[in-house]
Amino acid sequence: MLASLSSNKAALAPVTHFPAEQRCLSIAKFHLAYAGKMALRDLTLDLPRHRVTAFIGPSGCGKSTLLRAINRLHDLNESVTHSGHIQLEGQDIHAPDMNVTELRRRVGMVFQTPNPFPMSIYENVAFGLRLQQRLPKRKRDDIIEWALTSAALWDEVKDRLHRSAWQLSGGQQQRLVIARTLAVQPDVLLLDEPASALDPISTLKIEELIRNLKSQLTLVLVTHNMQQAARVSDYTAFLQHGELVEYGPTDQLFTNPRLQRTENYITGRIT
Amino acid sequence: MRWQRAVFSNVGFLKMSGSGLWPWLCAACVALSLLMLAALLTLLTIRGLGHFWPAPLEEVTLKSGDIVIGQPVRETTLPKGAGSERLYFTGNQDITGSNWQWITIDDISQQAEPADLIRLTRTPWGDFIGRLMTVESGDQRLTEQAAWTFIHDALALPVKQRPPGTLVLATADGQILRQPLASVTYFQSPNAMSWGQKTIAWGQRIWQFLSEGPRAANTGGGVWPAIFGTVLMVILMSVIVTPFGVLAAIYLNEIAHQNRLTRLVRIGVRNLAGVPSIVYGVFGLGVFVYGVGGSIDSWFFSDELPSPTFGTGGLLWASLTLALLTLPVVIVATEEGLARIPDAQREGAVALGATRLEMLTRVVLPMATPAMLTGMILAVARAAGEVAPLMLVGVAKLAPQMPVDGEFPYLHLERKFMHLGYHLFDTAFHGEDVQAAIPLVFATALLLVLIVLVLNLTAIFLRHYLRRQRGNEC
Repeated sequence: MLASLSSNKAALAPVTHFPAEQRCLSIAKFHLAYAGKMALRDLTLDLPRHRVTAFIGPSGCGKSTLLRAINRLHDLNESVTHSGHIQLEGQDIHAPDMNVTELRRRVGMVFQTPNPFPMSIYENVAFGLRLQQRLPKRKRDDIIEWALTSAALWDEVKDRLHRSAWQLSGGQQQRLVIARTLAVQPDVLLLDEPASALDPISTLKIEELIRNLKSQLTLVLVTHNMQQAARVSDYTAFLQHGELVEYGPTDQLFTNPRLQRTENYITGRIT
Repeated sequence: MRWQRAVFSNVGFLKMSGSGLWPWLCAACVALSLLMLAALLTLLTIRGLGHFWPAPLEEVTLKSGDIVIGQPVRETTLPKGAGSERLYFTGNQDITGSNWQWITIDDISQQAEPADLIRLTRTPWGDFIGRLMTVESGDQRLTEQAAWTFIHDALALPVKQRPPGTLVLATADGQILRQPLASVTYFQSPNAMSWGQKTIAWGQRIWQFLSEGPRAANTGGGVWPAIFGTVLMVILMSVIVTPFGVLAAIYLNEIAHQNRLTRLVRIGVRNLAGVPSIVYGVFGLGVFVYGVGGSIDSWFFSDELPSPTFGTGGLLWASLTLALLTLPVVIVATEEGLARIPDAQREGAVALGATRLEMLTRVVLPMATPAMLTGMILAVARAAGEVAPLMLVGVAKLAPQMPVDGEFPYLHLERKFMHLGYHLFDTAFHGEDVQAAIPLVFATALLLVLIVLVLNLTAIFLRHYLRRQRGNEC
């Protein structure tokens, strides 16, 4: 009786652990509060290396908050408090000896609205490089070409690298922002609803890009679009009210969710 | 358009058969503002620039037999039907004691514009109006055309290179005056001039006004030292206020915690912009001139005491006072610019591994540059027109030396300087010859407006260039 109950419970519990050698990010008992108001509650999950993990959930469920916590962007806001651990490749990102700027280089972030800087396309991609070290111009040019090629933008902008980045279309701007992030060769790329402000064709290009990039790095995607999560991600985590509800391989979560709450959400019965 | 009509026709009052009165009322306000602006500029332009046009000279024979030569200026009707009077500018202050003469129109028996009347400007004594008899140069006695050519050639040379010569002149009533050539600054015979010659002479007179120093207690001559003083003071002020204001705005908007104290400081800064400028003048006099300047004198210039070096009004203190006056303007404009920058830009930079300083210097400040320039434009516009505080902290009626010259250290911050606004005030109210001052007041006012315009346009074009370079609005 007792054994069957515990086995039943194990079956219901979300898959949150991967073997150590597959783990890229490891979140353990992580809590976060804005000015005392709890936003994330006791999150524990591992994100596998070179895979796309999607965070889904209703608005205000904390998925963007979690994404920003991985980049330590909450450092800018002093009313944010947190407890628990986030480890990147086994290193605690909140450890005192962790260099925040180095962490942010290793964990790139792309935001909902494209935010290219008011400078040329070239300078946008070179921005992160210039922050780090002085590179010879030819080396820098090579990296910029590589980054723009990886972001599937090179062919479109190679003739106007020194024009303003603000003249690009929204989809191109978003790919430019991805290229800018790739240029500093991060281990992880966080994408916060990267296609929500774009038209369907640009969205498809971004999705294709995400699938192609996972051979190079680990991607974490926050999205409101269920189909998008199903199309591009390998694993999906469903968050609600700041808690992790269900986490597992995307196919399994969408076709055969273990919990009623998850099924209700992905079939659109609750918002 | 349809929504406009719908909205306006729903407004119950000010409704006029079908179409609303509202848009017309708004348009009328704009039209009125434009009209007043146009009237101001037209008045300044006509009265200011018209002064330099070579006006015709009249020879008037009175019923009493007296002859008067002069430039008609204006007419006024006398009260109780006593006819009207005309004011003539007659010059010849050294002979008749006055430059001006009122003549009753009814007294005039004959009026003509002979071509041989001349007008020349001399130092001292100002204008002479009359006839040229001969020119004596060495043994030569030149008359008619030869005399005109000689004078024309001689006046084109600097005073020291002119050939020696004396002009023999005759006034209206036949008195002979011998005028050395070296003392003549300007010579013309307006009645004999063609339109082309008049235009050239007009340009020359304007150039003299812009490039020469004042004469005759600011009622004559040019305004070059005042232009120079105004522009130099404004530039110094901008150099002082811009970095201060920008840094303060960065602190308020980017660094300080946004709490009640910050809001209080912000309200305080905004209200400082409304403090009357004379109050800043008093502050500048007390703190900068007497306090700081007095201390500098006692530490570094004690040999010169009791005559003050920095302990009296001067260029530096005036610039500092005006910088203080315009500081709130720069802070508010910059802060608004910083607040308009989306947080996504800041986060984008930080997410790439930029430190806070790198984020500020590489992304935020370049984006806020147009706003900073806007602040500077407003500051310049305000500072160039201020007169009241300057009277307390360093402006002079007539500065003996320019603040910049060839003498080390070239820029003399302790010197008093001239300022167009104060020059205007002084010419208008403190001159001996009020009639002569009136056109100069208009010309100076026009010049002041033009200088503010030029300073503003420079900053506006700079801002436009920066925006264009970025390829978009921000």
